[in-house]
Amino acid sequence: MKPVPTAQAPATADSAAAAPAPAGSLARDVAAAAPALALGDDALVLSHRLGEWAGHAPVLEEEVALANIALDLLGQARVLLSLAGDEDELAYLREERAFRNCQLVEQPNGDFAHTIARQLYFSTYQELLYGQLASGGSPLAPLAAKAVKEVAYHRDHAEQWTLRLGDGTEESHERIQRGLTALWRFTGELFEPVPGLDVDLPALHDAWTTRIESVLTRATLTVPEGPSRGAWTAGAGRQGLHTEPFGRMLAEMQHLHRSHPGATW
Amino acid sequence: PTAKPTDWPLWEVFVRSRRGLSHTHAGSLHAPDAEMALRNARDLYTRRSEGISIWVVPSAAISASSPDEKDSFFEPAADKPYRHPTFYEIPDGVQHL
Repeated sequence: MKPVPTAQAPATADSAAAAPAPAGSLARDVAAAAPALALGDDALVLSHRLGEWAGHAPVLEEEVALANIALDLLGQARVLLSLAGDEDELAYLREERAFRNCQLVEQPNGDFAHTIARQLYFSTYQELLYGQLASGGSPLAPLAAKAVKEVAYHRDHAEQWTLRLGDGTEESHERIQRGLTALWRFTGELFEPVPGLDVDLPALHDAWTTRIESVLTRATLTVPEGPSRGAWTAGAGRQGLHTEPFGRMLAEMQHLHRSHPGATW
Repeated sequence: PTAKPTDWPLWEVFVRSRRGLSHTHAGSLHAPDAEMALRNARDLYTRRSEGISIWVVPSAAISASSPDEKDSFFEPAADKPYRHPTFYEIPDGVQHL
C-alpha cells in the first residue's frame, strides 16, 4: 500500500463505504461539518502514522495487520472529510492549525509497543464513540454503524498485543508500560466535548477507563499515574494546536500535492 | 525477521467462504499461537468478508501421504469395473442420488 493517501487510494474497496461525491469546498451538511472534521482528521492522521510502518513491522503478518488498520482508517477519513468538504483539499491544503485531530493520534510511532499503546487507547475510545454515534440520529450515524465493526477489530488487535507484550518478556513488559505511560497525558483530550457531535464524550470516560484497566490488569501492566486532563496534558488538538512532530508529518504527507497544485492523480 | 523460527511456527489455513460447503486450504502463515494465526489468516486470506469460517492448524500436526507411495495409494483399479458401480440403472423417483 502507499503510505500517502491519494484520491485513488484503494481504501474504500474493503472499508467503511465509498466516499460520497463532494460538492466543492461547500459542506454538504453544515451541521455535520465540524464533528466530521474532528473525527475525519483523527482517522486520517492515525492512518498516516500506521502507514509509516509499511516495510518496518516486526513480522510480515503484523505488517499486513497494521496496513489493514491504516486502510480502514483512511476509508473512514475519506467519508468523513467528504461530509465536511473536498477530501483532497482538506487533507492536503490545510495548514497545521486548521487540523482538528486530537493530539494522541499525531504522536510518532516510537517502537512497536509504543504504537500498540497508542492503538489501545485510541481504538477503545473510537469503538465507544462510534457505538454511541451509530445509535443516534445524526448524519454520521450510518458511517458509524459501518465503522464500529472495523474499530472493534482494531481494538481487539491492540488488546491482543497489549496482553502479549505486557505478559511477555521483561523487556516487552517494560516497553509497553513505557508507551502507555508516555501517552497517558494525551488521553484526557479524547473526552473533551466536540461541538455538534451527537455523543456525550465526557460520559464515555468511565467506560473507557474501565476497559483500559481491565486489559492492563490482565496484561500484568499498571494504569499510568498522573493526570490525563488539566495542566501539562494535551487538550488543544481539537482547537488546532498540535505537537511538534505533527508539522513534520504534514510536510511529508502534503509535499507532492503542494508541489503540483491542481494535478489529478 | 529477528524472531526465531520456533517462536513463529508455520500454520496451515483452511477457509470456508460464505456460500461454500467445505473448508478449502487457502495457504499458510507464521504466528506465535492459534489466536494470532486466526487473526493473521483473517487479514491475509479473507479480506474480512462476513459469514465465513476459518480453521488454522499447526503445520506440524498434519500428516501427509508420501509421494513415493502415490501409486499404491491412489492408483484406481480401473480394470476391475465391479469397483466402479457405474452400471446401475437409477430407478425413477430417486431424487438425491
